[in-house]
Amino acid sequence: MSTGIKVRSAAGTDPGAPAAARKPRLRGQLATRWHRDRVLLVLAVPGVVVLVVFHYLPLLGNVIAFQDYQPFLGISGSDFVGLSNFSVIFNGDPEFLNALVNTLVITMVQVVFVFPLPIALALVLNSMLNERAKRLTQSILYLPHFLSWVIVVALFQQMFGNGGMLNEWLRSADLGTFQIIGVPELFKLLITSQVIWKDTGWSTIIFLAALSKVDLNLYEAAAIDRAGPLRQLWHVTLPAIRPVIVLLLILRLGDSLTVGFEQILLQQGPVGAQASEVLDTYVYNNGIIGGNWGVSAAVGLVKGAVGVVLVLGANRLAHAMGERGVYSK
Amino acid sequence: MTGLLETTAERRARRDRQPASDDRPAWMGRQPRWASAARGVLLTVACLAVIVPFVAVVMTSLAPQRDISARGGLVLFTSEPSLAAYRAVLSGGVVTRALTVSVAVTAVGTVLSLACTIMLAYALSRPGSLLHKPILLMTLFTLLFNPGMIPMYLIVKQLGLIDNLAALILPVVVNAFNVIVMRSFFLELPGELTESAKIDGAGELRILTLIVLPLSKAVVAVVGLFYAVAYWNAFFSALLYLPSPEKWPLQLVLRTFVVNQTPLGTDELSASTESLPPQASIQMAILVMSVIPILIIYPFIQKHFSKGLLIGAVKG
Repeated sequence: MSTGIKVRSAAGTDPGAPAAARKPRLRGQLATRWHRDRVLLVLAVPGVVVLVVFHYLPLLGNVIAFQDYQPFLGISGSDFVGLSNFSVIFNGDPEFLNALVNTLVITMVQVVFVFPLPIALALVLNSMLNERAKRLTQSILYLPHFLSWVIVVALFQQMFGNGGMLNEWLRSADLGTFQIIGVPELFKLLITSQVIWKDTGWSTIIFLAALSKVDLNLYEAAAIDRAGPLRQLWHVTLPAIRPVIVLLLILRLGDSLTVGFEQILLQQGPVGAQASEVLDTYVYNNGIIGGNWGVSAAVGLVKGAVGVVLVLGANRLAHAMGERGVYSK
Repeated sequence: MTGLLETTAERRARRDRQPASDDRPAWMGRQPRWASAARGVLLTVACLAVIVPFVAVVMTSLAPQRDISARGGLVLFTSEPSLAAYRAVLSGGVVTRALTVSVAVTAVGTVLSLACTIMLAYALSRPGSLLHKPILLMTLFTLLFNPGMIPMYLIVKQLGLIDNLAALILPVVVNAFNVIVMRSFFLELPGELTESAKIDGAGELRILTLIVLPLSKAVVAVVGLFYAVAYWNAFFSALLYLPSPEKWPLQLVLRTFVVNQTPLGTDELSASTESLPPQASIQMAILVMSVIPILIIYPFIQKHFSKGLLIGAVKG
């Protein structure tokens, strides 16, 4: 099992050895293998320690989801309260429901409007014949991906804020103003356009890779059959990159409950929680700021578990539809 | 994994294979003129959407008060550029301190991350070695499940790292995705090289430092860029783990003074009042300084991104 990565490994033990003879040999083999691989194991230690301490220990820390956690009592001192922390989820606490609905709406908007854009842009870039111009365009369009959300939010404010470049220009031309920043109704539009600006270019990279592997003979054959550019696109190009599209769609769906945490946290102030609270900001605002540790941990735990189920489920669906999916069975 | 990173020779070979604009195969047909025109307009607009904000920000950071008042906000061109805003923020004070923190965290973090990642990836790139499979599965599992913000905070607190700059580094020092990218690259190196070195009596450490690493400069550069950018851009971990503002990195200072528009006074800048450059210039100077390191490193690393940067890792 792997997420997105084919795991390569060699067979460990010799399958041909008879079962009875295997045991003593295995011990001897273990000693020689330890002797042979001890340097490798030592090399792996720092990384493994970090992963255990900062991924697996916190995983255990999720027990506080079942506790009335009090920071001064600690995990060992706090009382267990069963599933009562989960009642916000199952009884539909309005703040939680608001965060859930906002999260799902943003995911939906982004899957519909953001997901196809890199595919289209990759097709356009791929049709460029001048390699030099293509590389330059790619370099420029990849760049915003490497900027932090703080920078992107600051740039958007400077360009589109009330005192920003666009509005100053509109004012000087007597065209009124266009307000998008700090308007609750337009918040989802704002963050979607920021995601488009930041990541559309970078996301083409994977589609361009898939496009570069399409067999050129297919186009030749299609051209001989008198298929025009649109028919070549529909019958050759898109089928060729379909596995990659499905793969990325699965990964995106698996992340349905995660939407731009830093991006939204930075811009919550002026628009308020009603329009902008999503699950991750709910966990932060309610738990770390508000002190409802147990409840927030419960929401975080359910969110993580649902995420795993979504990836595995979407992958199953892909297999059922005859696609390769994230990992092969 | 062939698509992950390509050498210059491979790239040249691929470019030579590609039809140049004037000798396309006959079946390809001509692209209609309106299509190329539309494509040109579209891509120019897209590139301008990236470039114009940068130009405006840099120009404003250099502009005097007169230009800024005349335009009301950002300026796209200034006739008398001055570095006053940069002198003001770099002459000591909040921004200078934040810049030092960011540079230190990024440098130390990137070195530590690369070291741990290279060692783990190398250990996992020798199939059949002891415990190779469980360690690999353990690494992969961290990609599937995120432990959650609250337990993460509690662990960092338990380790006494709250308000310690190490909290910006240690929790994220190993990124499983980067380990996998690097491991895939190591697996693609010709096995004969390491085999022959082994026969010559070289140990694993020698093979790693003298054979594998010199052949893996491209992947080390790209993974190093990923780590460096992540450390440089880290904003939430600082907000979460560092309660005292004097330890804040540049991104948090940027949030306070540019996104939240808190005005910077003489306290924050340790400069005399009469010489204070325009507020907008100071803000944009902070913004520019938070972007510059990325703009400097980017072109050097960018040449290693091939079309297949991610697909290599994703598809094995």
